[in-house]
Amino acid sequence: MRAARFIPLAVLALLLAGLVWRLATPGDTTVGSKLQGQPVPAFALAAAVSAKPGLSASDLASGKPRLVNIFASWCVPCIGEVKVLQELKARGVTIDGIAVRDRAEDVAGFLARYGDPYQRIGSDPQSGVQISLGSSGVPESFIVDGRGVIRYQHIGAIEQGDVPLILAKLEQAK
Amino acid sequence: MIAEAGLAALWLATGLAALQFVLMIGVLRSRVAAAPAMRPIAVVQGVLTLIAFAALLLVFATTDLSVALVAENSHSAKPFMYKVAGAWGNHEGSMLLWVTVLAVAGAFLALLSRRTSERTLVAALGSQAALALGFYAFLLIASNPFARLNPAPLEGRGLNPLLQDPGLAFHPPTLYFGYVGLSIAFSLAFAALLTNDVDARLARAMRPWVLGAWIFLTLGITAGSYWAYYELGWGGYWFWDPVENASLMPWLAATALLHSINVLAARGALKAWTMMLAVVAFSMSMVGTFLVRSGVLTSVHAFSIDPERGTFLLALLAIYVGAAFILFALRGATLKEGAPFELVSRETGLVVNNLLLSVILGIVFLGTLYPLFVEAVSGEKLSVGAPYFNAVAGPLALILAVLVGLGPLLAWRRERRPVLKRLTVPALIGVTALVMTVIVAPQMTILPRLGLTVAAYLAAASVLPLVGRNPLRTPLATWGMVVAHLGIAVALAGMGANAAFTQERLAVARPGERLSVGPWTVLFAGVSPAAGKNWTAIQGELQATRGEGVVTLKPETRYFTDPPTDTNEAAIETFWNGQLYTVIGKGDDSGAWQLRLWWKPFVTLIWLGGALIGFGGALALLGRLWVRRRRRGAAGDWRKARYA
Repeated sequence: MRAARFIPLAVLALLLAGLVWRLATPGDTTVGSKLQGQPVPAFALAAAVSAKPGLSASDLASGKPRLVNIFASWCVPCIGEVKVLQELKARGVTIDGIAVRDRAEDVAGFLARYGDPYQRIGSDPQSGVQISLGSSGVPESFIVDGRGVIRYQHIGAIEQGDVPLILAKLEQAK
Repeated sequence: MIAEAGLAALWLATGLAALQFVLMIGVLRSRVAAAPAMRPIAVVQGVLTLIAFAALLLVFATTDLSVALVAENSHSAKPFMYKVAGAWGNHEGSMLLWVTVLAVAGAFLALLSRRTSERTLVAALGSQAALALGFYAFLLIASNPFARLNPAPLEGRGLNPLLQDPGLAFHPPTLYFGYVGLSIAFSLAFAALLTNDVDARLARAMRPWVLGAWIFLTLGITAGSYWAYYELGWGGYWFWDPVENASLMPWLAATALLHSINVLAARGALKAWTMMLAVVAFSMSMVGTFLVRSGVLTSVHAFSIDPERGTFLLALLAIYVGAAFILFALRGATLKEGAPFELVSRETGLVVNNLLLSVILGIVFLGTLYPLFVEAVSGEKLSVGAPYFNAVAGPLALILAVLVGLGPLLAWRRERRPVLKRLTVPALIGVTALVMTVIVAPQMTILPRLGLTVAAYLAAASVLPLVGRNPLRTPLATWGMVVAHLGIAVALAGMGANAAFTQERLAVARPGERLSVGPWTVLFAGVSPAAGKNWTAIQGELQATRGEGVVTLKPETRYFTDPPTDTNEAAIETFWNGQLYTVIGKGDDSGAWQLRLWWKPFVTLIWLGGALIGFGGALALLGRLWVRRRRRGAAGDWRKARYA
């Protein structure tokens, strides 16, 4: 029983060790979405450009997996990502876009200049849907399966080297 | 001048705290029984911190922009109330408030304490001064609230608009009274372990402090939960966010302490356990302060990360909690347990209560810090959210709620009567509720269903201690217990109803469109501009109806100018059977607006329950203090003449 009296002290030591470590290595604070494996939260976004329809949660449960790309015309890494998305589109991937904190004319200009891999583009002017998806920045992409369940979250731009990974994840989501 | 006066008061208070600490060492090392100077010094120290805090309030009230803290956190165009509240809406000011509460609590302990032995009181005041000393050093070295700017800027940088809300202006001080009030329990436990004075008398001295701090914590958490609900515009009341957990953990420990202290006070048992809880409760407050102030955990409460301050606070935490736990480990074994009790007794009930509360505390502690440890060990990032907390803590909380109905019916020492029989009616009411939920909502998930069942049972069971008693002759403390336990049932009912019956509608709508949510049909009549003192807004007009009568709701998106931020002001309409909760987002170019609508049946019961729990605590505290005064009066105390 004597030893039991040292338990609080041991817990404290462990806690202090953890906190000292955290203070010494303030890691980056990217946190993955908690929604992987969960249905897409309900949302309905108006069209970001007049030429394409907007995006709502029900559009995502279309029976086959889709890639949802969160982007913005003001986001520099997004420009490089378009090329890779075009390639994915050429391989038969359906891609929807969510334009975050953007204006219609800017989005249209972005698409005209760098390419347009998107089937639907919703406008998320206050990042509300972005936040509800558990995304913290642009670009970010989600793979949503045919029943509207989020299967994979890709933080940051999809690079050329990520293409096999994305295709494999889409295959798994079937 | 005012700022300098505040700083001087802070330095003087530091000096007195150091003197108190030295006095304590002197008394404990010698055979001297008392130090007559201790009480007045503690009182003066409290008064000095009050002067320092008043100085801070004054510079904020007059928007003295030559004070760096004011320039960074205030603005001349801000409403007066938020100018004053701005004093504690920032790091330095809130730490000053913290240490002020600490010192003033010490002063009150010095003024009011008649129950403990003089030696233990001296040790307790010395321990309180040692706590204060560390936080004074933290303020003076690492976060001086009175630092000047030269030249003074022409205008301040404003205050986070989320904080310009009456709920939030008063939520942090309320929580701080609770957090820091527990320091007295900590100091008394520390002192009693030092002087080998752990007994029923100490428990009775400690009890009002624990009760008072616990009331503030309960009300602070309830108010914070309601603030998050209506101000953040997410429609949720609890997010298991690290900062929320930081306030929940001391509450759980204090709730356990509140119950075990009764066993110590009445029966002289559970000595070591109660002392440990007293230490743990305040330690959890300090851990909470550290987590919030250092920003080590990612949280919606985005306070800035500052490694230097973090290290300082961590060192304080290590010293104080470490010292208390070392003392506990060395002295705990020498405590002799008091009167024995049988398996079926009030004591056993309270032990089970304590075990369950401690396990829930462990679960919340683990869930809050687990991401940190996983990342430290494996480098993997993860976050622990509501699914874990609800799934693990939820069932335990329900078991506890079931036992809350039983515990107060048990007699001290041993129970020979068939107590379970008295629970027949509550059990039947619970079963009826269960059957009704199956009929009304067969699809409901298990946790809300059980929540509603237990709520119905507990609502009936909690009033049983009053049955067959003359209400006027029932002690106030018993009334308090009944009200607080009833509050648990009420809050549980609200949580269950909210989880089970909430209806949500997210839509992009144009003026003139009709939307339906739950029993309501909502007409989106249009939008119009609105303006306040330091903000402009787009205000939506929604006309809601469910058959008869029309209710108009006006949710807003506000744009604050300093600093430029926009916030959603939800429009909430309360009815006897629930709340209609509406939020308007931004519009798009085609004239459509994002609308979020919720119908939340009986959600208000959550906070009504929280308020009842706090009110029950207040009744109990009043009862305890009143009994104490009456006893003292009967003994022919000098106070008798004064109050006659």
